[in-house]
Amino acid sequence: MRGCVRISDAIRGAAAVLVAAAMPAFADGSPTPSGEPAPRRVVSMNLCLDQIAMRLAAPGQLLSVSALTADPDMSPLADRTAPYRLNHGRAEEIYLMRPDLVIAGSWISPATLSMMRNLGIRVEVLPPADSLEAIGEQIDRIGDMLGREDQAQWLRRDFESRLAALRQPPERGEAAIYYANGYTSGGKTLAGAILRAAGYDNIATEYGIDDTRVLPLEKLVMADPDRVVSGSHMPGRSQGEAIMAHPALIAVAPDARAETDRDWVCGTPDVLDAIAGLE
Amino acid sequence: MSLLSLSRLSVTRRRRPVLRDVSLDVAAGEFVGLIGPNGAGKSTLMEAALGLIPCEGRSSLADLSAAERARHAAYLPQSREIAWPVSVEVLIALGRIPWPGASNAQDRAAVDAAISRMGLEPFRHRTANRLSGGEQARGLIARVLAQETPLLIADEPIAGLDPAHQLSCLSLLRDLATEGRGVLVSVHDLGMAARFCSRLVLLSGGAVLADGTPDEVLSDDNLARGFGIRVQRIETPEGTAIVPAAPL
Amino acid sequence: MRLIAALSLLVALLFLVSLSLGPAEVGSLRGLQALLFGGDGPLPIVMREIRLPRAILGLLIGGGLGLAGAALQGYLRNPLAEPQLIGVSGMGALGAVIAIQTGLSTAFALGLPLAALAGAALGVAALMALAGPRGGSVTLILAGVAIASLAGAGIALVLNLSPNPYAAAEIMFWLMGSLADRSMSHVWLALPLMVLGSALVLATGRALDALTLGEQAAAALGVSPARLRWQLVAGVALIVGPATAVAGAIGFVGLVVPHILRPWVGARPSRLLPASALGGAAMLLAADIAVRLIVPERDLKLGVLTAIVGAPLFLHLIWKTRAGGRL
Repeated sequence: MRGCVRISDAIRGAAAVLVAAAMPAFADGSPTPSGEPAPRRVVSMNLCLDQIAMRLAAPGQLLSVSALTADPDMSPLADRTAPYRLNHGRAEEIYLMRPDLVIAGSWISPATLSMMRNLGIRVEVLPPADSLEAIGEQIDRIGDMLGREDQAQWLRRDFESRLAALRQPPERGEAAIYYANGYTSGGKTLAGAILRAAGYDNIATEYGIDDTRVLPLEKLVMADPDRVVSGSHMPGRSQGEAIMAHPALIAVAPDARAETDRDWVCGTPDVLDAIAGLE
Repeated sequence: MSLLSLSRLSVTRRRRPVLRDVSLDVAAGEFVGLIGPNGAGKSTLMEAALGLIPCEGRSSLADLSAAERARHAAYLPQSREIAWPVSVEVLIALGRIPWPGASNAQDRAAVDAAISRMGLEPFRHRTANRLSGGEQARGLIARVLAQETPLLIADEPIAGLDPAHQLSCLSLLRDLATEGRGVLVSVHDLGMAARFCSRLVLLSGGAVLADGTPDEVLSDDNLARGFGIRVQRIETPEGTAIVPAAPL
Repeated sequence: MRLIAALSLLVALLFLVSLSLGPAEVGSLRGLQALLFGGDGPLPIVMREIRLPRAILGLLIGGGLGLAGAALQGYLRNPLAEPQLIGVSGMGALGAVIAIQTGLSTAFALGLPLAALAGAALGVAALMALAGPRGGSVTLILAGVAIASLAGAGIALVLNLSPNPYAAAEIMFWLMGSLADRSMSHVWLALPLMVLGSALVLATGRALDALTLGEQAAAALGVSPARLRWQLVAGVALIVGPATAVAGAIGFVGLVVPHILRPWVGARPSRLLPASALGGAAMLLAADIAVRLIVPERDLKLGVLTAIVGAPLFLHLIWKTRAGGRL
C-alpha cells in the first residue's frame, strides 16, 4: 500500500509540475504596469540579462537562457541552468520555442532582431548595466517586463543595502585593469566601478580613459600602479592573452595581482563578490 | 697520360638504356670530338663521366672527391645559364670556386689570363648576361679556363655561334690541347669536327660506333649507319667539307 | 665592405631610434640610461622588458628574413622567391598556431619555435619539390600561392576551432605579423635557432655563386646539390619558423631587400647574403618605427607596411619577367 501511495504522490507531483508549466506561473496573473498580461513564455538571450531574469522569473515562466550562462567561466549561475533550454542566439531556435517575450542585449545582431520581429515575436532590447547604479534599474526593468515587481523590489533592496555597506571603502592606492590585447577599463565601465567601489584609483582615469580601450603596456608600467587586475584566462589559448603574462606587467606589482572572474562580467548583484574579492 | 678513362659506362633512364658499355680514354694533348645524332647519348656520356648522374661502369673522375674532380676537369654544360647580372670578371672568377686554398694573387692571375686569352678585356666590367650570345659564350669558356684544369669537357660549345665565333672557339680548344690539356667536346657540325679534332668518337643509340681519326670515323659507311645520311665531300684548301646530301 | 659598414651604421641608428620610441614619453637619453644602468621606478622595466625585446626582435627577424630571401632567390635563381610569398612563413605560422592551440607550447618551452620550424621546413621542402631549381617563375609563384593559401586556411581552421574567444581574431596577427608587446622570453625562444639557421645559410655563399651558372655547372664546380638543398631547407626553416612563431608572417622583406641591394654587391649571391641580412634588419626596424609613428595607439600590423612597399615591387618584377627582360 505504501508503494501505491508513493506512486500516486509522484503522479500528483508530476501533474503539478505540468500544470505549473502550462498555466500562468504566477499566482494572480496580474497584468504588467503597461497593462498587458504578464508573459508566460520568456526567452532571454543575453548572458547578463539571463542572470537577472533567472532570479526574478516565476517557476516555468523563463523557458530558455543563452548557452553562455551555462559556462562556469562566464556565469556565476552556471550550475542553476539545468531547468532551462540553452539558446545560441539564433532566430530559428528561438521562434520554435514560441516565446511571447524575448529579452535581448543591445549587442544582438540586427539581422536576428529584425527577423524575430518580422515573425511577430515581441523582443525587448536592453542596454547593459555598466555602473553600479544601473544594476538596480536593470533589475526593476526586467521585473516589470516579467510582471514580477515584488521580486524585483526585494532583489534591488537587498543588493543596494549590501552595496551601501561597502561604500566609504579605505583608499587602497592605484590599480590598473588589463585585459587581453592590451585593453583597459576606465571609470565609466562596470569594471571601473568595481575597482572604485573596492577603494582603488584607476590609472586609466589618469590617462583620460573612461571607457574600455587599448592602453599601451608601456604607459601602464610607467603609471606604476599598486595593483594589477588582469583579465581572466579563457579556455584554450590565444596570443591576445599572452600580454597578461608579459614580464613587464608582472614586474609592476608582483605581489598584488588579481584576476577578473565571472563576477566581473555582468551588471548583476554578483559584482558585490567581485568587489569583496579585491579587498 | 690519360686524363679521363671510362670503362663500360652504362646509364639507364626510366628503364631505357641511354648509354651502353661505353669505354673511352682521353689523353693529354688530345682534342676528342664526340659526334652522333640527337639522342645518341653525347650529353649523357659527359654527365656520367663527370659523376653528375648515376651510372654503372667506371669513370676515372668518379674516384675523385667532388672538390678534387673540380680541380681536374672543367665542364661547360649545354645550358648557357647566367642567372644574375654579374660582371664578366665576376663570372669568370666563378671558375676559381674549386680553389679555396689559392691566394688572391693566384686567382687574379688565372682570371686575367682567361680574360686575355678570350679577348674579353673590353668587356671585363660589362654585365655578362646583357652581352650578345657570342660574347656570353666566350665569357663562359673563359670561366672554364680560369678553373685551370688539365681536362676540359664542353657540351656543344659552338652551338648557336656565328661562323667566326665557331672558328675561333674551336681553334682555341685545339690550341689548349696542343698545349697539353685533354679536351672532350660534342659537336654537330661534322666538317668542323673533321677539321679541328685530333680524334672523333661516333656515338649511336648510346653505344660507340666508331672511334679513331676523323678520316676513319667519317667514312660513308659509318655516317650511313650512325646518322642515316649520304654525304658529299668537297675538297677545299681548308680541308674536306662534308655536306649532307640526302637521307637514306 | 663599405656597403656592409654603411648598412651596419644604419641598423645601429634605427635600433637606437626604435629604443627611444614608445607611447610613454621619456627622453632618449634618460631611456638609454635606464636601459644600461637600471635605476628605480618603472622606467628600467619599460626599457628592458618592453622596448629592448621589440628592438632586438626587429633586428633579428628582419635580418633573418632578408637573409632567407636572398638565399632562396640564389638557390631558385629567381628574384621572386620570398619566404612569405611562397608560403614558407605561412606554414611556419600554421605550425606555431597548432603548437599554441594543442598546448604543445606550454608543455615545453621550445615547443612553439620547433613546431613553427617543422611547418616552415615542410613548406620550403614542398616548394623545392614543386618548383625546384629547374622550375620557372610561373611554377614558383603558383606553387607558392597554393602553399600559402593552404597554410592560411589551416591557420583559420585551427583558430576557429579554438574554444578561446580571442583566438579567431588572431588570424590577422599570424598572417600580417607584429612586434608589439613581445618580451625577452620571445627573444630567447627565437634567437638560438635563428642564429644556427643563419650560420647554415651564410655557409652556402660559394655554392650559391656556383649556381649562377646552373645546376650542372655548379655540380661540376664541386657543389653537392643534395647537401646544398638540405643546408638551405634546414637553414631557411630555422630562420623563418622561429621568426614567424614570435612575430607572425611578415612579408616582402626578403623580396625588397635583396632586390635593392643586388646591384650594390655586383649581383653575387655570396655577397648578397650578409648585405641582405643587414638590409632586412634595417627595413623591419624602420617599418616597426613607422607603425608606431603612424598610429601610435593601435597595433598596426607590420605586414601591412611591408606589403605596401613590397607588393608594387613584386608586380614590377613579374612585369619584367613577363616581358622576358633580364633582372
